[in-house]
Amino acid sequence: AEAAAWNKAAFEGKTLDEVLKALGGSSADKSGAITINAPDIAENGAVVPVGVTTTMAKTQQIAILVEKNPSALAAQFIMTADTEPFVASRVKMGQTSNVHALVKADGKWFVSTKEVKVTLGGCGG
Amino acid sequence: MADPMRVRAQETGGIVDVKVLMKHDMETGQRKDSSGKTIPAHHITTITATCKGKQVFQGEFGPAVSKDPFLNFKFKGGAKGDEVSVTWVDNKNDTRTDKAKVS
Amino acid sequence: MALNTDYAQAQTAANKFYDLPRFGNVHFLHFTDCHAQLKPIYFREPGVNLGFGDQFGKTPHLVGEHLLKAHNIKPNTLEAHAFTYLNFEKAAATYGKVGGFAHLATLVKKMKGNRPGALLLDGGDTWQGSGTALWTNGQDMVDACLALGVDIMTPHWEMTLGEERVKEIVEKDFKGKISFLAQNIKTNDFGDQVFDPYVIREMNGVKVAVIGQAFPYTPIANPRYMVANWTFGIQDDNMQKMVNEVRAKGAKVVIVLSHNGMDVDLKMASRVTGIDAIMGGHTHDGVPTPVKVKNSGGVTLVTNAGSNGKYLGVLDFKVNGGKIADFRYKLLPVFSDMIPADTAMNKLIDKIRTPYETKLGEKLAVTEGTLYRRGNFNGSFDQLILDGLMAVKNAEIAFSPGFRWGTSLLPGQAITMEHVLDQTAITYPWTTVTMMKGDMIKTILEDIADNLFNPDPYYQQGGDMVRVGGLQYTINPMGEANKRISNMTLNGKLIDPNKTYKVAGWAPVAEEAKAAGGEPIWDVVAKYLRDIKTVKAKQLNMPIIEGAKGNPGFAA
Ligand SMILES: [Mn+2]
Ligand SMILES: [Mn+2]
Repeated sequence: AEAAAWNKAAFEGKTLDEVLKALGGSSADKSGAITINAPDIAENGAVVPVGVTTTMAKTQQIAILVEKNPSALAAQFIMTADTEPFVASRVKMGQTSNVHALVKADGKWFVSTKEVKVTLGGCGG
Repeated sequence: MADPMRVRAQETGGIVDVKVLMKHDMETGQRKDSSGKTIPAHHITTITATCKGKQVFQGEFGPAVSKDPFLNFKFKGGAKGDEVSVTWVDNKNDTRTDKAKVS
Repeated sequence: MALNTDYAQAQTAANKFYDLPRFGNVHFLHFTDCHAQLKPIYFREPGVNLGFGDQFGKTPHLVGEHLLKAHNIKPNTLEAHAFTYLNFEKAAATYGKVGGFAHLATLVKKMKGNRPGALLLDGGDTWQGSGTALWTNGQDMVDACLALGVDIMTPHWEMTLGEERVKEIVEKDFKGKISFLAQNIKTNDFGDQVFDPYVIREMNGVKVAVIGQAFPYTPIANPRYMVANWTFGIQDDNMQKMVNEVRAKGAKVVIVLSHNGMDVDLKMASRVTGIDAIMGGHTHDGVPTPVKVKNSGGVTLVTNAGSNGKYLGVLDFKVNGGKIADFRYKLLPVFSDMIPADTAMNKLIDKIRTPYETKLGEKLAVTEGTLYRRGNFNGSFDQLILDGLMAVKNAEIAFSPGFRWGTSLLPGQAITMEHVLDQTAITYPWTTVTMMKGDMIKTILEDIADNLFNPDPYYQQGGDMVRVGGLQYTINPMGEANKRISNMTLNGKLIDPNKTYKVAGWAPVAEEAKAAGGEPIWDVVAKYLRDIKTVKAKQLNMPIIEGAKGNPGFAA
């Protein structure tokens, strides 16, 4: 296998657009074919589970972004012909923020967004 | 040497579900120590997974991935008894490879 | 039945009231959020339970007359007293205490008597809420639930006994007797199921399934370190999977025993298909008639059975040829004076309490006004706790969590140590004194306000607003996140975001607070009560609430 490179520019992007450009995309359409599986309220901002699934054919790449983190991109994944269009990991979030999933399928980029709330906790019924 | 990963690979209907728990501090580079000095970033950068010599998954992590990273992916074409191999490399070029048999 | 009728007449009517004829062939009995109240108590329902947006004026966000009207209950009746705060003192004096496991046991037996095969469901918040539950590590409630004949339960506050203790009870005491269910609790490593997600039982020839839904936000609302290896969450997708799975296995009736809180249950019922009824708890709403929620697969009933052992829900289904043809639901209030105590249960409760009676019975003070807790913003017992915190800790501001459990006291009653523990008995009772900047105070209020008033129920945690002492503020519940709180003042002066204030509080969820180990709140309140001896009728420190006028969840 070829040596895996780390896309420094993408990981330094501050916004969705900057990350998208660094990943080689120009625009990303919203897509209902992408599902973000993340909690509505994070149990622990330091460990927020985020899963991304798509039903799109020829999924090539999936990226997980946290809008309000110092750098937006948390992780990105390259799918081979054998990889199922799914990935899950856990990310750090300093505050309530949108989480974006960027998906490249058949050469085009798509995006889906979900808000995850980070709270101080306490109280209850 | 880096601590071992926990890797679990399970096959159903020709699809192998791989779950990995790595052991890594994933230092962000944003934190300061008690003397006020910034703790340099130290995090995994790349992860690759192979099965029967073929790459089945590849990922890149930034410092925002949680400490002791978790990763879950699925691939086609594996069978029970196959060996899945997972390798990570971090920004200090430390690396670790662990394997699991598909069950 | 008018308020001042003769007691005997009331009792005859009550006996008839509890004669609930069997309907159909599938039966579920449900109690929830008893908060370890083994003995009869007084319990005042809230006068403020606001709903906004889609929840405006809808069940469960109805109080007083609005609730009576929506559920067709006549004013000044036994049921009106059971479900509302109206005429609380007079009605409580007439009808007496509510709940108590010995009385509940008699009622359960009566219902099971003409409902063969009926399953008794415990919605959780059972092992916490009293001195004896705290001191016995929940063992008193475990024994009482086994004696009561609970078949199935799902948890919330149970988790504050810690993972090890919960597992011990489930694997030893409950083994082969009570199914402890939670489809939404997984391990933190590989996401494996911790408890059984559901059980399938055969009842009168019909296969029925019960799926458990634990409180989704346990590691947020309560200390995370107590469940360090487990993760929760709502998990709609997995719920749908479980429903499909039990249907595929032949279940003709599917019940979710839920601790989501009612607003979350209502949303879940609109999204997940194939559930016949969600029998819920956590938000402590005493809801007399089920809400029918339409979804793409049909209709799901949503019920909520109040708190503190005050109610028993009875849900009957008529199942014909594998299909539900009809149903009946009744939320029976448990009036202790009108249901004889079960002898065996009474003996068990006595045995549990004997070692602690002296400690529980200590008279600390007498109250001149009603003491209660429920309400979105404050309750008189919370005000008492705040006053105690500020006095004993010499703090200018106090915070007390918006818990919904805690019993009520009538004017003239002695406040005993037991009553104080009914409001405070938790496994992280430490008081804290923090030098806090004004902007941090605002951040805290905003954060909690969003947990209560976020327009999307999945972003709510189901408690009430933090109670505050000293500080005044204005709240706009319909405002955006971080923009609901304004005009915070202390002694008439605006709070300075950069100034530091001395703030007392209790029930910290952070692990560092455990190490610091401040004096338990019950000791602080007891100290204060012994000192003042008489508690005057409480003037509640309430925020100015914008846009609440005319809300059916607000008693003006
Ligand atoms: Mn409760
Ligand atoms: Mn609860």
